[in-house]
Amino acid sequence: MKTGPDIRVCSTESGRNGITMNTRGLRSQLKDSVPVAGLCPQGAYGVQDSLRSGFTSVKNELLPSHPLELSEKNFMLNQDKMNFSSLRNIQGLHAPLKLQMEYRAARQIQRLPFLQSSNLALDTLRGSDESIGFEDILNDPTQSEMMGEPHMMVEYKLGML
Amino acid sequence: MALSNVLETPLPGFNFDNAARNAALEGLYDGGQTPKPLKTGTTIAGVVFKDGVVLGADTRATSSEVVADKMCSKIHFIAPNIYCCGAGTAADTEKTTELLSSNLTIFSQNSGRNPRLVMAVNILQDMLYRYRGQIGASLILGGVDCTGNHLYTVGPYGSVNKVPYVAMGSGDLAALGILEDSYKQDMELDAAKELVRVAIHAGIMSDLGSGNNIDICVITRQGVDYIRPYQESEYKDNRKMKYRYSPGTTLVLTEKVFPLKLDVVQESVQQMDIV
Repeated sequence: MKTGPDIRVCSTESGRNGITMNTRGLRSQLKDSVPVAGLCPQGAYGVQDSLRSGFTSVKNELLPSHPLELSEKNFMLNQDKMNFSSLRNIQGLHAPLKLQMEYRAARQIQRLPFLQSSNLALDTLRGSDESIGFEDILNDPTQSEMMGEPHMMVEYKLGML
Repeated sequence: MALSNVLETPLPGFNFDNAARNAALEGLYDGGQTPKPLKTGTTIAGVVFKDGVVLGADTRATSSEVVADKMCSKIHFIAPNIYCCGAGTAADTEKTTELLSSNLTIFSQNSGRNPRLVMAVNILQDMLYRYRGQIGASLILGGVDCTGNHLYTVGPYGSVNKVPYVAMGSGDLAALGILEDSYKQDMELDAAKELVRVAIHAGIMSDLGSGNNIDICVITRQGVDYIRPYQESEYKDNRKMKYRYSPGTTLVLTEKVFPLKLDVVQESVQQMDIV
C-alpha cells in the first residue's frame, strides 16, 4: 500500500502559526499525494510506457481531464491530513501518532494484490463501516469487469516491474 | 480473461476514465448532441406552520423540451420524521436522498434515536461540497424532531439556509411571490396547506418546466401525511377507449413447426469433492 509521508508533512504544515493552509501550486499537491496513473509516467526512468499505456499527449499528461479527478483520488488522504493536523493542535503529538500507528498496522492486513480484501480493521478504525457513500455503491472492485494478470500485479506491487 | 495492462484493482467510487473521451466527443459534435440528463425543472416549496412543516412539489420531469415523466415523485423519504423535496438533475436528487436516508437509518439503529434535521443537513452539505457542485441537486429538507419544526434548503455546492418558508426550482420566483405575500408565523394546518398549494400552482402556471399534479406532504409530531396527488391538473388527458387487445385479435394465417434434433455428442462425468 502507498504509505505516504504522513507524519513528516503533518509537522511541517502545522508548524506555520498553527494554521494549516496549502498555498503551494498544483505540482506540489501532486507530489504529496497518491500518484495518479497517467500523470506521472510509470515506465522505466519516468518515460511514457507506450506498450502498456498507449500513445499520449502532453495535455493529458499534465492535467486531469475532469475537475474532480485529483480531488477524489486524494480525498481520503487529505481528510486524514486535516483531521490529524487539528488533532495534533488540540491534543498534542501523541494523539495522531498513536492513531497513525494503528492505521498503518490495519492497512497491512491485506490479501495478495489481485484479490480484494475487506479492510475490516481499517474501516472500523475510520468509522466508515457506519456510513454509506458513493464508494460503496459505484464501481465495486469485487465486481469489476476487468481482471488483471495475477503475476504482473504482484510484480508491480513489489516494484519489480 | 486476464488483461495484462491492469496493474492495480480499480478504486471504488466514481471513475473518470471516460472524461477525456467525452470531452473529445463533445468537440466532435460542435453544437452538442450529447444526451442531456433528465432535469426536474421544478417548483418545490416548503412552509413551517404551528404544528410542523408542509412540503409541496409539482410532478413534472422534463428532458430538454419533452415531458419525460408526468407523475414524478419529488418528495423523497429521508426518515420517518424528515422528508426532502429535490430540484435539479433527477438522478442526482434521487441518489443523494437515498444515500442520506441510508446513513440516517444506520445512525438511528446504532444509537436508538430519531435523527435530527441538522444531522441530515450536515451530511448533505459535506457530500455536496466534496463534489464541488457536479452533483446537481437543490434540496429542501423539512421535518420535526425533538428540537422543533425545521426547514432547511441546501444548494448544489453545499450552501445551507435555515428558513421559515422557501421555494426552489425553475418556478421558484412565482412561488416565492405568493409565499412572501401571504406567509404568517404559526399558521394553522389548513391555511398552510392552502398556501403551499397556491404557491406551487403559481409556479406551474408561470413556468414551462413545472406542471401536472401537485403533491403535498405534511409532517407533524404525530406523523406524516403524504397526499399524492393533492390537486390534479385540469388538463389531464381523458382516454376514451381502451388500448388493450384481447387475445385472438390478430388472426394466425399459417403455422409451420420445425423440430430441432439434438444429438448427444459427448458425455463426461466429473465428481465434485466436498471437502
